[in-house]
Amino acid sequence: MEQNVLAGYIPIFLFMGLTLLFPIVTLLAARLIRPQTGGAGKLAPYECGVDPDSDARQRYAIRYYVVAILFVIFDVETVFLFPWAINFNRLALFGLIEMLVFLGILIVGYVWIIKKGALDWA
Amino acid sequence: MNIPVVNLGAILPAIMLSLFGIAIMVAEPFVSDAKKSWLGWLAIAGTIAAMLALAPMSRQAGQWYTNLWIVDSYSIFFHFLFILIAAITILTSMNFLQREGIHHTEYYALLLFATVGMMMMAGSNELIMVFLGLEILSIATYVLAGFRRTDLKSNESAMKYFLLGSFSSAFFLYGVALIFGATGSTNLIVIADSLRSGDPQTSLVSLAAALMLIGLCFKVAVAPFHVWAPDVYEGAPTPVTGFMSVGPKAAGFAVLLRIFMTAFPTLEDRWTSVFWIVAALTMLIGNVIALVQPNIKRMLAYSSIAHAGYIAVAVAAGSEHGVSAVLFYTLAYSVTNLGAFAVVTMLSRSEDKLVNLNDYAGLASKRPGLAAVLSLFMLSLAGVPGTAGFAGKFFIFKAAVQSGLIWLAVIGVITTVVSFYYYLYVIVQMYMRDPNEEFADVRTTGPLKLALAITIAGTLYLGILPTRFLDWTVSAAVNALR
Repeated sequence: MEQNVLAGYIPIFLFMGLTLLFPIVTLLAARLIRPQTGGAGKLAPYECGVDPDSDARQRYAIRYYVVAILFVIFDVETVFLFPWAINFNRLALFGLIEMLVFLGILIVGYVWIIKKGALDWA
Repeated sequence: MNIPVVNLGAILPAIMLSLFGIAIMVAEPFVSDAKKSWLGWLAIAGTIAAMLALAPMSRQAGQWYTNLWIVDSYSIFFHFLFILIAAITILTSMNFLQREGIHHTEYYALLLFATVGMMMMAGSNELIMVFLGLEILSIATYVLAGFRRTDLKSNESAMKYFLLGSFSSAFFLYGVALIFGATGSTNLIVIADSLRSGDPQTSLVSLAAALMLIGLCFKVAVAPFHVWAPDVYEGAPTPVTGFMSVGPKAAGFAVLLRIFMTAFPTLEDRWTSVFWIVAALTMLIGNVIALVQPNIKRMLAYSSIAHAGYIAVAVAAGSEHGVSAVLFYTLAYSVTNLGAFAVVTMLSRSEDKLVNLNDYAGLASKRPGLAAVLSLFMLSLAGVPGTAGFAGKFFIFKAAVQSGLIWLAVIGVITTVVSFYYYLYVIVQMYMRDPNEEFADVRTTGPLKLALAITIAGTLYLGILPTRFLDWTVSAAVNALR
């Protein structure tokens, strides 16, 4: 048992070693092979596009986060709904009641969000 | 396909608190500001309903939900303790929230949800369930710590608690993953059976146990994992500090004992020595640093670290006496400390004014009643005979001596003597210094009076007539060790 547990990890260690080696080897090889031309144009974010005219780190409305969080809630809800829908016949009434309780709690949270004004875009 | 047996009676207290919590949360936007204190009383009603639900729960002894959930007198004791803590905290908070202008009733909902998390920790028989409870408790408490959201210190407190809390959760989870790898189960009883059969690799199991221990030690704030506690306790709203210094601590120790008693009895000699060191360090660090704290919230934070050290002594003792001492001490300490924080809440001003020890100078001549009450709690925390703190310390050191941990008991007694200095310093300030504050606008309102009445009664009752609760804790300990 002890031997087997350790032996089972060998592929993982091999994999970790390979992942470490891959970028190092690639970067080194590229440095050796590529032609050495430089300049400001080469370092610009879009060498062949529009020049950036401001910093990317700007402020934007916190409502984007609220919408994102709301999306996650309903996303997770769907994750639970699918397996229940597939097994609907076998879970029968028990499953239906459980799912109604689950949806009830979620809807209560939704009501709270609306009443709190999180979705007012004024 | 088999549908698991649904036994609502076995989880009735948690269901009650969840229902009331959800109701309070949804009611908040519909209720006008003037009527919001009614929602506080609704939260109190929730704790009473949960307390009543303990009776049907105690009739469902056994394991439920495919062995995820266990009902025995150990878990019922902790359910009782958590509901009590929640009720006293709500009573302490009601006027505080109005005074601070943060009367959002989500506060009560979060407190009730945190209590549900603690219940899940104490009643679960399975490591994943423990983790779920831990997260429900932690996430609610992170929000509560930052509840004064315009205050910089409160934000600092919530941020620090969140970062270190999630860090420690990761430790715990990694330990669970390793134990699953070693034994193929996360059920405590299956783990214990598999360890007894001698199959799994001992080094892997020890590593897993150590990682889980680190995660839980962070949560209960014992040295050397205590550094977050003073900053977090100082910045959080005062009633929340009171809650954090007893609730998560009791829940952490409940889980710690449950995991190590049920799943790792075969490793007992190893973890006893670990707890020896943890307990000694915690008692020394907590008590010595508390000596030099000018702020009463920081002083009580270090004192709560020291008290976690005393509880760790009883965990190290490990026997049935040790476990019952842990249970008794968490109860005694919770009641006393919540009382002390209720007085501090009452005396403090918005934005945490008047929480320095020299602000308490001459309190006795202005408000003799409050000074006497705070003195009682300080004496109980120090462990003067006739108070709950004395009975608790007595049982802990007795268990330690019976298990042969003489030197640990000696360190415990010496550090207790050290602790007298800073507890009595508060009393000296109140009675022997000239007042520089008027304390004119300190109002003792109904809910706070009720909270003080419960905590005073508890402190004296547990100190003078401890036998009834002691019998309960002993039977719970026997139950847990079986």
